[in-house]
Amino acid sequence: MLDNLSLLIQAPLLNIQLLLDGLLIGAIFALAAYGLALVWGVMNVKNLAQGDFVIMGGYIATSFAQHDIHPFFALPAAIVLMFGFGWLCYVSIIRRVIGRDIFVSLLATFGLALVLQQALNLIFGSDVQTADAGFKTRFFFGGQVTVADTKFIALVLAGVLAACVVLFMKKSRMGKAIRATAQDARAARVLGVNTDQVYAFTFALNSAICGAAGVLVAMIWVIQPYYGIVHSIRSFIIVVLAGLGNLPGVIFGALFLGSAEQFSSFIFGAEFQVASVVCILVLVLIYRQVQSARHRQVVE
Amino acid sequence: MRTLIDVRNVSKSFGGVIANHDISLKVPEGEITGLIGPNGSGKTTLFNCIVGDQLTDSGSIVFQEKEITTLTVQKIARLGLLRTFQQTHIYANMNCIQNMLISVPHRTEKYVDMFRPYRREVYERVDELLEFVGLYSKRKLQAGDLSFGQQKLLEFAMALMNDPKVLLLDEPTAGINPTLINGLIDRLKRANKELGITLFVIEHNMRVIMNLAEHIYCLAHGELLAQGTPDEIQHDQRVIDAYLGAH
Amino acid sequence: MKPSVIALYVGIVLAGIAAPLVIPNYTFQIAVLWMMILFALTWDIMGGQMGYNSLGNIFFFGAGMYISAVVQVAQFAPVGEYTAAFGAYQVEFTDAQYYTGLALGIVAAGIGAIFCAVILGACVFGLRGPYFAIGTLGLALAAAELVGGWEWVGGGGGISMPVFPGDPDVRSKLFYYIVFVLAITTFGFLRWLYTTRFGLAINAIRDNESKAEAMGLHTKRYKTAAWSIAAFFLGMVGAVFGNMVGFIEPLEVAFPTVTFGIFMVAMSLLGGKGTLWGPVLGATLFHVIKELTWTYLLGWQWVALGALIVVNVVFFQQGILGWAMDRWPEKFGIVVEPAHGEGRAVGAQEAAR
Repeated sequence: MLDNLSLLIQAPLLNIQLLLDGLLIGAIFALAAYGLALVWGVMNVKNLAQGDFVIMGGYIATSFAQHDIHPFFALPAAIVLMFGFGWLCYVSIIRRVIGRDIFVSLLATFGLALVLQQALNLIFGSDVQTADAGFKTRFFFGGQVTVADTKFIALVLAGVLAACVVLFMKKSRMGKAIRATAQDARAARVLGVNTDQVYAFTFALNSAICGAAGVLVAMIWVIQPYYGIVHSIRSFIIVVLAGLGNLPGVIFGALFLGSAEQFSSFIFGAEFQVASVVCILVLVLIYRQVQSARHRQVVE
Repeated sequence: MRTLIDVRNVSKSFGGVIANHDISLKVPEGEITGLIGPNGSGKTTLFNCIVGDQLTDSGSIVFQEKEITTLTVQKIARLGLLRTFQQTHIYANMNCIQNMLISVPHRTEKYVDMFRPYRREVYERVDELLEFVGLYSKRKLQAGDLSFGQQKLLEFAMALMNDPKVLLLDEPTAGINPTLINGLIDRLKRANKELGITLFVIEHNMRVIMNLAEHIYCLAHGELLAQGTPDEIQHDQRVIDAYLGAH
Repeated sequence: MKPSVIALYVGIVLAGIAAPLVIPNYTFQIAVLWMMILFALTWDIMGGQMGYNSLGNIFFFGAGMYISAVVQVAQFAPVGEYTAAFGAYQVEFTDAQYYTGLALGIVAAGIGAIFCAVILGACVFGLRGPYFAIGTLGLALAAAELVGGWEWVGGGGGISMPVFPGDPDVRSKLFYYIVFVLAITTFGFLRWLYTTRFGLAINAIRDNESKAEAMGLHTKRYKTAAWSIAAFFLGMVGAVFGNMVGFIEPLEVAFPTVTFGIFMVAMSLLGGKGTLWGPVLGATLFHVIKELTWTYLLGWQWVALGALIVVNVVFFQQGILGWAMDRWPEKFGIVVEPAHGEGRAVGAQEAAR
C-alpha cells in the first residue's frame, strides 16, 4: 500500500490518469444516481435494485455484442426494454409498497434485487463480461496517460442522456406532473394528476436511465451478476452526499466518487473494491450525521 | 420566588426568517406562566430552543442555575425539563399502562436497572396518574387506538410520570372537545398545586390561559411584546393590536 | 404459565433432543433449522422489537466464526503458519486439547462479537431507518472482502478447522446439541428479556425514538445492549457452524450477506416481527420451503427464495403472527375497544365527571 502511495507522489501523471478514469466513469454513476434520486424524491422509495437494473442494461449490450451488433444500438434497445421492465416492476411490486413502512419498500426492492441477481446469474453465468465497442485508445502526455475513445464517447452519451432527461422534466407535461407529485402528492391528485400513472412512469423512467447507464458501463468497464448491489450502494452514496433535488450536486458527487474509487483502488488494491466503496459510504453517512446533529435533526 | 428557567436574549432565525429576536423572560418556580401571541410569533420556536430541539443563534438559557443552551434533548429531559407537543407523541403500539411505565424518570438509571422488572410502587403510581387524567378505564387499550383528546391526556399523564420540575405545554387544549376543556384546566391546576410542577403554557384559547396563568408573556413578530398578570395583558393595547392586526 | 404452554415447551425440547436419534440422516439439516431459528430471533431483537432493521447482522456470525477458528488453531499451532499452509500443516493434539479449544473458541466468539457490536454501534447508531439498513448491509459486504484480503486468517483461501477427534456420528450429534442448546437458550433469554424494562424500552424506541429521547431514556445504552445481545448469540452459533462445516471461507461460509444475511430478515417477517414466536414460526416455515425448493427447483432455488421474500414483504407484511393478532387480538392479550355504542357511553360518562 505504501509503495503505491509513493508511486502516486513520484509520478504526477499517474494521478491525472486516475483522476481522468474516475471522472469518466463517475459521469455514468451520475446517471444511475439521478434515477435513484428521482424515484426517492417522487415516491419515497429507496430502490436497492437500482444497480441490478444497470447490470441488466449491461447484459443487453453484451448480448448485442455477442450477436455482432455494435453496442451503440443497444442503447435505444436498453432504454425501451428497461422502461417496460420498470413499468412491470412498478405494477406488480412497487405500487403496493409506496406509502407504507419505509423498511418495507427497502426490503421489497432488495428482494427484487436478489431475484434479478440470481436470475441473471442463471441466464448469463457468473463470468465478468464486457461489450467491446472497438474504438481506439488515445495517448496524452507522451504516452503516459491513456484514455480509450470509448470512454470519451460514453461521457458524451451520458451527457446527452442527462440533458434529455432534464429537458423532459422541465418542458413536458409528464415532467411537470412528476415534479408536482414530488412536491405534494395529495395536492397533485386533487388537481387531477393521476399520481399512480406518474409513479409508474417515474419508476419506468428510472429503470430506462439505469439500463442506458448499464450499456455504457458494459462498454467501458465490466459487468457481472453480483456487481449490482455495489452499483446500488454507489448511487445511494451520491444521493446522500448531494441531497435530493440537487442535480449539480449529484453530478459533482458522482465525479467525486468515481475518482475516490480509482485512487483507493490503486492504493489499497483492486480486490478491496467493495470495501472501499463501503468505507466511502460510511464516511458519507457519518458526515451527514455530524451535519444534522449540528442542526439538531436526525438522518432519517 | 426562585426563577426556574431564565431565558436571556435568545435569538433564532431560519434562513431569512427571524423566529425569535432577543427574547428574555423568566419562568418562576411553582407557578403557571403563559405564553401567548398571534400565529407565527415564535412561541413554538422558543419552546424548541429551551428544550434543546433547536440550537439558539445567540443568547443563553439557564435552568436551575445550570446553563442548558447547548445540551441535548435527552440531557435536558433528565434534568427535569419536559415538553408536550401540539400533535400528540405517544407510543402507538403499546398499551396505556406500558406507555406510562416507560415514562418513569431515567435520571438515576444504571446499566443494571435496564433488566429489572418494575416495582409495585411504580404500577400503583401508573394507576394513580391514569385515574388522575381520567384514562383508568382505557388503560389496557393500545395507545394508538385512543382518540386525539385521550392521547393528549395520556401524553400529559406520561409527562407527570416522569416527575418533571417544569413542564412546557404546547397548546394543551388545541383539538380538545370544548366540554372537556374545563376538566383539563382543572387537572393542570391540580398538577401545579398538588404535585408542585411548574407549568409554562403556550395557548391560543384566551379563556383558558387567562384562567390558568398567573403571569403571561406575549410575543409578536418574534419579539417580546408585553408581560404581566392576565388582567394587565387583557387591557394592554399593544397586545390587542397585535392580535387584531394579525387578522 | 398455562399447562398447555408448558406442554408445548416440553414437547419442543423433547423433539429437539430426540431428532438426531430418531432421524440421524437429517441431523445436519435440523441443526441448521435451529440455527435459522436463532438467526430470526436475534434479528428480531433489533428489527422487530426495536425498529432498527439491520441488514448486516451476519457480520457477527462470521466474526464469531473466525474468532473461534483463530482461538482453536492457536491452541496447537501458530496461526499465521497454519493458515498459510492451507490445511497441509500437520497438527497433533489430544482430545482434551480439542475440547478445551472448542469451548474457549465458542466463548471467545461470543465475547468478541459483543466487542464488535459496541464498536460498530458507536459508528452506526446515529443513523436511522434506511440509512441504518444500508450502512449495516455495507458493513457485512465489506467484511467479507476485508477478511478475504487478510492473510493471517487465510485470506480468500480460508481456514480448515481442526479435525474432530472421534466418530463422525458423535461429531454430528455433538455439534447438533450445541446448536440446539444455543437456540433454546436464546429463546429462553429473550422470553425473559422482553418482560423486563428492557423490552418496554426497545419497543418505545421503535414506536417513537424522539419521544423516548425527549423523556430522558438512555437510548444509546439500550441500542448498544440490544445489538450486543444479538451479536453474542450470533457469534457463538457462528463458531459452532464453522466447526460443523469443517472449513471456513469469507464469502460463502462466514459472511453470506445476500443469502443468509437476508434470510434472517425474511424469516422474521414471514412469521411476524416484533413477537417472540413469530421468528420461530417464520424460521421453521422458511427452512422447510428452502429445503423443498433445493430438492425440486434446483437451479432456480435462489430466485424462488428471493421471490418469496418479495411476495411476503409486499402482500403479507405483518407475517403469520401479525395476521393472527389482527384477527383474534384478545387471544394475544391485546384489548380492543368494544364496538361503537358502548364506547360512546363510556365517553359521555367521562365528560360528565
